[in-house]
Amino acid sequence: MSDTVNSDKLLKEFAPQIERTGNFGKLWIAFLCLVICYGWFALYWQVSRGHIVTGMRDNVVWGVYIVNFIFFMGISYAGALISGTLHLFHSEWRKPIIRMAEFITIISLLIGPCFIMLCVGRLDRLPNLILFGRIQSPITWDVIAISTDIIGCILFLYLALLRDLGKMRDFTELKVPQWQKKMYKILALGYTGTPEQQLRLKRATDVMAGMVIAIAIIVYSVLAWIFSVTLQPGWHSTIFGPYFVIAAVYSGTGVLIVSMFVFRKVYHLEEHITLKHFVNVGVIMLVLGAFFGYFTFSEYLTKWYGSEKNDEQLIQVLLKNYFNLFILSNYVGVLVPLIVVGFRKLRTINNITIAAVVVVIALWINRYLIVVPTLETPYLPIQDERLAWQLYSATWVEWALTAAGVAMFCLLFTIGSKLIPIVQVSDLKEEPEQPGDLHLM
Amino acid sequence: MENNKKDDNNSRRNFLKLGLLAGAGTVATGALIVTGKSASGESGEKIKVLTTTGEVMEVDKNFLTQAPVGRKESHLGIPGRKFVMVIDLARCKNARKCVTECQKGHNLPKETEFMKVYLMQDSEKTAPYWFPKPCYHCDNPQCVSVCPVGATYKRSDGIVLIDNERCIGCKFCMTGCPYSTRVFAWKPDEAFDIDQPYSPEKSVPGVEGTVSKCDFCPDLAREGKLPYCAQACPMGVIYFGDIDEDVVTNGTETFKFSELIRDRSGYRYLDNLGTRPNVYYLPPVDRQFPVERGLDGLDEETLKRFENTPYVKNAKISKEAK
Repeated sequence: MSDTVNSDKLLKEFAPQIERTGNFGKLWIAFLCLVICYGWFALYWQVSRGHIVTGMRDNVVWGVYIVNFIFFMGISYAGALISGTLHLFHSEWRKPIIRMAEFITIISLLIGPCFIMLCVGRLDRLPNLILFGRIQSPITWDVIAISTDIIGCILFLYLALLRDLGKMRDFTELKVPQWQKKMYKILALGYTGTPEQQLRLKRATDVMAGMVIAIAIIVYSVLAWIFSVTLQPGWHSTIFGPYFVIAAVYSGTGVLIVSMFVFRKVYHLEEHITLKHFVNVGVIMLVLGAFFGYFTFSEYLTKWYGSEKNDEQLIQVLLKNYFNLFILSNYVGVLVPLIVVGFRKLRTINNITIAAVVVVIALWINRYLIVVPTLETPYLPIQDERLAWQLYSATWVEWALTAAGVAMFCLLFTIGSKLIPIVQVSDLKEEPEQPGDLHLM
Repeated sequence: MENNKKDDNNSRRNFLKLGLLAGAGTVATGALIVTGKSASGESGEKIKVLTTTGEVMEVDKNFLTQAPVGRKESHLGIPGRKFVMVIDLARCKNARKCVTECQKGHNLPKETEFMKVYLMQDSEKTAPYWFPKPCYHCDNPQCVSVCPVGATYKRSDGIVLIDNERCIGCKFCMTGCPYSTRVFAWKPDEAFDIDQPYSPEKSVPGVEGTVSKCDFCPDLAREGKLPYCAQACPMGVIYFGDIDEDVVTNGTETFKFSELIRDRSGYRYLDNLGTRPNVYYLPPVDRQFPVERGLDGLDEETLKRFENTPYVKNAKISKEAK
């Protein structure tokens, strides 16, 4: 009984975010739409003039687009692994942040594959992937894995939403348009919270939590294998599967912390999302950061120490042409979260968020350094008089579409938070303040 | 993309597929087509052909050409053949005829090269040499393995081809190929707008947004001719032949493939990658030309390509020192 009272109280608290959008919110949405329109224009430009308007050429055939693809697929992990794992471990503290994690998963899963399509020269022939699909090709593995992942994650999010949707339907004081009420009613699937329904929902959620973890690992490994099955010196590596998985969750926790920070500020969730949450996710980030640093180190150590001709050439290019980016992604990106979260004194919400921003940027650069320098150092030396054919540099079209992807992510996140409370209200109970700040499981 | 469709219609109108009447066997057997124009004018020699509607028609021999092999047939390969190429590095002086004639033959834009000539130097103290590089038509082709739609395929005669009408342009094959062989059509080009039915064996006409590469000219092989590069080379660097028949020729000299490889220590480039190429190299020993001859007479743009090679850099430094 006290449970319902609680969630009604919470709903009342969250109702304003859903009921109206302030001036700032409207401005924010308009800005995002503007960026997305710019992206559409860039897309039109690319389709009408051919891929020549990008920085990609015969040697560097994949550029920023594929980096964004790996990046967005990576952050989709925030939800899949974090919410799945925390759900299975019954970590109570996860509840206020789990909805955000799941939103991140779904939204980035929808945006990521768009970027790989931007790399495709003949979008009109995409149906060939199904019509003439060859199971031998890692791209086909990817098509199967990603579509399974999208379905699995949507189901998982939906199951988690079901109770809140029921609450929203029953909460008569909510001042929203009629269509929105109708939407809640349909989507709630008649869930009223009878013991039998609760049991079924719990079972289904448990199964899906396990599934999304497994699927997410498979998807990211398959993505890594696209690179590592080739003979390219920088890619042909046995640890790419686990390395990509770790890097993905790492960047995912970074994005989660940033969005926790933003929503906490914008929707005034200070009461629900506290330093404890930042520290706990921060500690997960720290552990992943340590793993990431370890994988990166062993990957480059073996290349450098063995110094096979083409590996050596790649390392040289990385340390010469990409020195600053290399240091930023592989040193700064590992050390900053280790230091900030590692020392108790430095653990403030602001510091942890800054560390998370560093991680997100570093991980994007990390993917760039995996893709581009490798393609710039093929087995046969590049002998071409055209500079664009020798070195890759992304054009405004690629940056515009990248910005549009990020804007789309923010827009969908904003819209999502306008439809459903960003914090799971049905699960939230007022917890007594606990001593100490580190309660992971 | 719309342009291509228009072209398809045009070619269907212009090309009339005909069956060859028995007895008119002066032209190679197979499907023939009557073209609207002929480069060499009328020959006066008439050939009887049967139209699809069953009428008998007399056509001048020069207006008849072999119908290009279609997309489906192109998967099969020429029966009983296994093609091989041998490139004699001792003779190459970067005359670049192989490059230009190949471009002409495949109707390529000026900046697209199926055959590339590199200035190679394996290590600091070893001698530089010119290194023509076609597609190796590997027996274990990575590009074929990774293609998600089967647009690139290996045939029974060893040739690896691309179907530009199926290719989705994902470029995975380009990262899969360790020899940087494949090229992408980055923009629409007027060279693609030619009035000819598409054939993977000719790689003509090119298609924007798809991948293409050296095809070993199976259309010429069907006519008993050497590939464009081998025909064009003034030094006879490029030998082409059949590995099962154990014979290769550059048009003037013919060798037993196995003996040539044995006597001249033939090797395959980056054989350690396990791709099993069908192109062999004869090492640059007893050269006919000093390597610097390859830099003579190059236009400025081409010359610029080799500017950053250790050999050209060192040559510049020693010149300045004098």
